[in-house]
Amino acid sequence: MKIKAVTAIAAVLLSTSVFADEDAELVVNGEIEMVTKTAAPAHLSDALDEVLSGWRFRSDETQLMQMDDFDNPGMVAVDAAAEAWDAVEGSEGKSCASCHGDVADSMVGVRAVYPKWNDAAEEVRTLAMQINDCRENKMGAEKYGYTSGDMAAMEALISVQSRGMPVNVAIDGPVQATWEAGKDLYYTRTGQLDLSCASCHEQNYGNMIRADHLSQGQINGFPVYRLKNAKLNTAHARFKGCVRDTRAETFKPGSAEFIALELYVASRGNGLSVEAPSVRN
Amino acid sequence: MRLTSLTVAAGLALASASFAETVAPGDVVFDEYGAVEASLTGVAGDPANGRSVIVSKKRGNCIACHSAEAWADELFHGEVGPTLDGVGGYRSAAELRGILVNSKKTFEGTVMPAYYKVDGFNRPGDAYTGKAAKELSPLLTAQEIEDVVAFLASLQD
Ligand code: HEC
Ligand code: HEC
Ligand code: HEC
Repeated sequence: MKIKAVTAIAAVLLSTSVFADEDAELVVNGEIEMVTKTAAPAHLSDALDEVLSGWRFRSDETQLMQMDDFDNPGMVAVDAAAEAWDAVEGSEGKSCASCHGDVADSMVGVRAVYPKWNDAAEEVRTLAMQINDCRENKMGAEKYGYTSGDMAAMEALISVQSRGMPVNVAIDGPVQATWEAGKDLYYTRTGQLDLSCASCHEQNYGNMIRADHLSQGQINGFPVYRLKNAKLNTAHARFKGCVRDTRAETFKPGSAEFIALELYVASRGNGLSVEAPSVRN
Repeated sequence: MRLTSLTVAAGLALASASFAETVAPGDVVFDEYGAVEASLTGVAGDPANGRSVIVSKKRGNCIACHSAEAWADELFHGEVGPTLDGVGGYRSAAELRGILVNSKKTFEGTVMPAYYKVDGFNRPGDAYTGKAAKELSPLLTAQEIEDVVAFLASLQD
């Protein structure tokens, strides 16, 4: 039913080609205005003038699916996570809601500033690490797998509460060393193809690489629903795929390397809107 | 006894004769501009096979980054590298060979991969598995390089 409606809308738009350009603007549900293109943050201004959301590089049909929650296949997982939010689990007999109340109040703005420094633990925490910390240490429940469907869904639920807010991760103070490490990784070539993230996403965004239109590899839209594998995907799963595609030995999701890389890549998108769950091919 | 060892010796001599011409990745000699004068195999390249290496995702996959009239009939052409139309007219075989063996010797810092090189990589993987490589083979064989050179040399405006 839903799919048919999307196809019908896509067909109409195709024939009138309303979205046939890279200058389309993203407004979700007719009300949340997303910044998908803005001036590069200061730390990046030597390398780029503007930062662009991956949404701008996708086909008209894919772009359209993200413009209405009824058409966005990633919203199914958000609904599932809303139930998980209220579900009691673990030895302490608690749910997320027991401590955090209504997700729509307590989690506003959270996604926009992650990864961030956690004072008590003295570490840089990704959203996934924080979710698992609560599950393990506050609820006495099993951790979610780092890139599992449950994790991606919970990240999406929390991210939705910040949709349209600008990504604004801190890069100095206690996180600075991690940020620098992430930056090094971004510019370090890997694998037998000898390519870095920058080789594709900084030097060549806008170009086709075979059938793919290269974006800037931003993570403001994560977790991302990919039509290719028909599920929500976490940022670390995407990083892993991209490193693997350089014919390299990848890093593990949740590894110190990918945590640092996530912080750095997130900071390249400072100023873009939180879009999750976004839709990509 | 003597006969057997003679046969073995003859066999060895034959084998080394037929492989003597294949230059190993580590032994390729570049000139100061990154060109490679000598054929890697001594066997003339087969342009038809060269074309198929270029357009095959599993082999050269050059089409991921390069377009050209000569393979306009194939789906999806990349734009990361320049079009290779007429490249045989302005690049010698030695230059083309050098670019294929290790493009970085011709274009410093290029994103084009080196197709006949097996060392000096950071975290080399076992093809596209994401696991560490046990042993690296070059992306193309010596003869495939010669075949691609022969095909590119035939691209004239
Ligand atoms: C027993 C109470 C408790 C439960 C249950 C709990 N949390 Fe938490 N959570 C906390 C506390 C306390 C903090 C902040 C302190 C800290 O940083 O550790 C926190 C912090 C967070 C944050 C970071 C907020 C920010 O502003 O940075 C997120 C996200 C979060 N929790 C998600 C969850 C999720 C998802 C669940 C359910 C799977 C959950 N929590 C269950 C107590 C709880
Ligand atoms: C060989 C080229 C290549 C390299 C190198 C590469 N990627 Fe990608 N990446 C792609 C392609 C192709 C896509 C899918 C189209 C797009 O969004 O660019 C993609 C997509 C992404 C996305 C999803 C963007 C979105 O909006 O959904 C992220 C994030 C990403 N890459 C991050 C990275 C990081 C981090 C690195 C370095 C570890 C990296 N990539 C290295 C080719 C590459
Ligand atoms: C990841 C992208 C990529 C792939 C894959 C790739 N190339 Fe290239 N190639 C480039 C770029 C970029 C250049 C331009 C050199 C530079 O300045 O970096 C180039 C340059 C060349 C040139 C020199 C053209 C000229 O005008 O002098 C030739 C010839 C060439 N490539 C052939 C090939 C062949 C054959 C293959 C496959 C075996 C291949 N390339 C695969 C990116 C690529």
